[in-house]
Amino acid sequence: MLNYLLQRLATIVPTLFFVSVLIFGLQQLLPGDPAIALAGEDRDPNVVAFLRAKFHLDEPLPVRYWYWLSGVLHGDLGDSVRIQKPVSELVAEKLPVTLQLATMAMLIALVIGITAGVVSAVKKDTWWDYGANIFALWGLSTPNFWLGILLILLFAVQLGWLPASGYVSPFEDLKGNLAAMIMPAFVLGNAFAAVLMRHTRSAMLQVLSSDYVRTARAKGLEERVVVLKHALRNALIPVITLGALGLGELLGGAVLTEQVFSIPGFGKLIVDAVFNRDYSVVQGVVLCTATAYLALNLLADLAYYLVNPRMRH
Amino acid sequence: MRKLIFAALAAVTALAHAQTLRIGLAEDPDILDPTMARTFVGRIVFAGLCDKLLDLDEKLNIVPQLATSYQWSADNKALTLKLRSGVTFHDGEKLDAQAVKFNLERHKNMQGSNRRGELAVVSSVDAVDASTVRINLSAPFAPLLAVLTDRAGMMVSPKAAQAAGDKFGAQPVCSGPFRFVERVAQDRIVLERFPNYWNKGEIHFNRIVYQPIVDSTVRLANLRSGQLDFIERLAPNDVPGLKSDSRFKVARIVEIGYQGITINTGKSEMAQKNPLGKDARVREAFELSLDRDAIVKVAMDGEAQVGNQWVAPSNRYYGKSAPSPKRNVERARQLLKEAGVSNPSFTLMTPTTSDAQRVAQVVQAMAKDAGFDVKIQSTEFATSLNLADKGQFEAYVLAWSGRADPDGNLQTFIACKGPLNTSGYCNPQVDEAIEKARTTLDPAERAKLYDAVALQVTKDRPIVYLFHRHWLWAHCAKLSGLRTIPDGMVRVQGLKMN
Repeated sequence: MLNYLLQRLATIVPTLFFVSVLIFGLQQLLPGDPAIALAGEDRDPNVVAFLRAKFHLDEPLPVRYWYWLSGVLHGDLGDSVRIQKPVSELVAEKLPVTLQLATMAMLIALVIGITAGVVSAVKKDTWWDYGANIFALWGLSTPNFWLGILLILLFAVQLGWLPASGYVSPFEDLKGNLAAMIMPAFVLGNAFAAVLMRHTRSAMLQVLSSDYVRTARAKGLEERVVVLKHALRNALIPVITLGALGLGELLGGAVLTEQVFSIPGFGKLIVDAVFNRDYSVVQGVVLCTATAYLALNLLADLAYYLVNPRMRH
Repeated sequence: MRKLIFAALAAVTALAHAQTLRIGLAEDPDILDPTMARTFVGRIVFAGLCDKLLDLDEKLNIVPQLATSYQWSADNKALTLKLRSGVTFHDGEKLDAQAVKFNLERHKNMQGSNRRGELAVVSSVDAVDASTVRINLSAPFAPLLAVLTDRAGMMVSPKAAQAAGDKFGAQPVCSGPFRFVERVAQDRIVLERFPNYWNKGEIHFNRIVYQPIVDSTVRLANLRSGQLDFIERLAPNDVPGLKSDSRFKVARIVEIGYQGITINTGKSEMAQKNPLGKDARVREAFELSLDRDAIVKVAMDGEAQVGNQWVAPSNRYYGKSAPSPKRNVERARQLLKEAGVSNPSFTLMTPTTSDAQRVAQVVQAMAKDAGFDVKIQSTEFATSLNLADKGQFEAYVLAWSGRADPDGNLQTFIACKGPLNTSGYCNPQVDEAIEKARTTLDPAERAKLYDAVALQVTKDRPIVYLFHRHWLWAHCAKLSGLRTIPDGMVRVQGLKMN
């Protein structure tokens, strides 16, 4: 076990190094001089020169990379030039927000996706099935920002039930927090629910036609027990794998949803940083996301290792 | 009894709401340090946080704020300011002549200061006595008063600034009506009433929360659902819908900036490679092919004032001898014929903002009638600025947020050595007149000089000015006391929830 863990950790270090080089390199490909982007509409030559010197923009690429990397190795992700706050502080501020949004979205996706998938498999070729399939098609083909704005107009402007946008910390006001997060979580979870529904449906159809299900039915078990206890459990295995991968995607993919609902999370942070060429923020956020992704992957691998005896040999 | 309790509760809730003013901003401000700040939206927050030495009124007159009066020296090379007595910063420090001296020197000397250029002409600052400051200049400079109505005139607590160094913007300490409480990046900036404000009788809210909401539809939805009391930069096409709703009001101001098309007339060799940059007749033909009224109607839903100069026609420094030409496609074709290019082609670089895109498309369609082949090149904003600075463009749709003094809209773009002269235009006579207008204090004399500049520049056309946008604000009808000052800042003094 320890050996396996060490092996996996040993592969993470070069991966992170590669990711850091990639982030740094890709940023340099962005057109436009960051010093000019940051200097504002006046583009005062003194300010441009100051920014160039401060961020070593005149130095060769490897030297700049070294400045950044040595900072990171000392636990310093740098400061946001735009608002003069340490990047690590911004990350600590935003990460819980995005985590909550992604988790809520995943819960919504799981509840809707699995229920619809099971119903459509069990009631194959009935109106239930067609309805679930239409829902899946709708979920996959509806753009997030459009659905978001429609929901805002309905629930905030017309009905006045929910706040139109914004964020409240759950520690300040839990009810307010849930009210603010439910719409964005639904928008984000909706598309993923469709994917889950399609997978659950096909997995369920496969399992339902297998021999042991026939045996269970032959034993005279109630249909509810056959479906929920015998079939669904097995059908869920690929769905859970998909869900775990999806959570990683939701963490990084909330950009548009956060923008529409003004949720101050990772997605909004990185979009603003890219447009304002706030390099240290972009680098810091991508590095943190990559690290989180790798950590999730490692946890998943460890779980497989524990569950699957074959991997231990 | 129960009804009474409910009524009382409702009244208390309403009061609690009325004590907080919630303002929706179109962007997240940058750093909240007046010396380092760069964005327009940041100035809106400063209007609640930091008082300035001088201020502007609705007609762009200079009016007192922290300085109660000013006096130019006989040679116009020194400006003496009398300071308001009894003013303190949010940390309790006194605002006196020494504090003003500290601030102006900080603006001038701090590394990375964005105010250095605005105060370049200031050679030294003397604290004559506790309430008198003399600003000594290397040459007379009329725009200085207007400069002091913006960030260069904002005063921060010297003690707090010295203690925080370049991190001051994270916890700003000024002397405005509200003091800083907290900032959650991209979410909110919270200010609370400063009890010792010198003009506290004019302050009717306990808190202000500024919330950046980038999408204009979502910003408006927040106003409509009652989560915000005020939003800036309402989208022009949302105005009709809001007008019919009695719960809200719309306010509009003609901006002090402009929207125009900068033409590369000498910035790089690209100027000589296209007929537009090379030949003034082709530029005239281009301008004559445009119908400014139609551009405003189509691209801006009518929410802008047509103009052909760096200041709007309603401005006292508008050059009346050079009014906007009417569209004349016949004459445009004739001019192109005379220039020997009946179908000139050029690329119009356009930032990806929706306003700029629409303007470019309308211009493209109009210019086609006269024979122009305009190719639109959509370029992300920061990249477009870079290309413009390098002279890698033929024509460029660009907006300028504007300065209160005409010099701030003119010198930097038109003077031979202007730092933002991306057209590469250089005319020594124009330079001389601009310089003279800077050193002349008499408004009538300055107006004459700007009139002469307008005559020449509108003939040479390094920039084809198109219009001046309206700052569109929307707010709940209960909010009163709103002042519409052309710099587009939201003055919180006098604002009240009825």
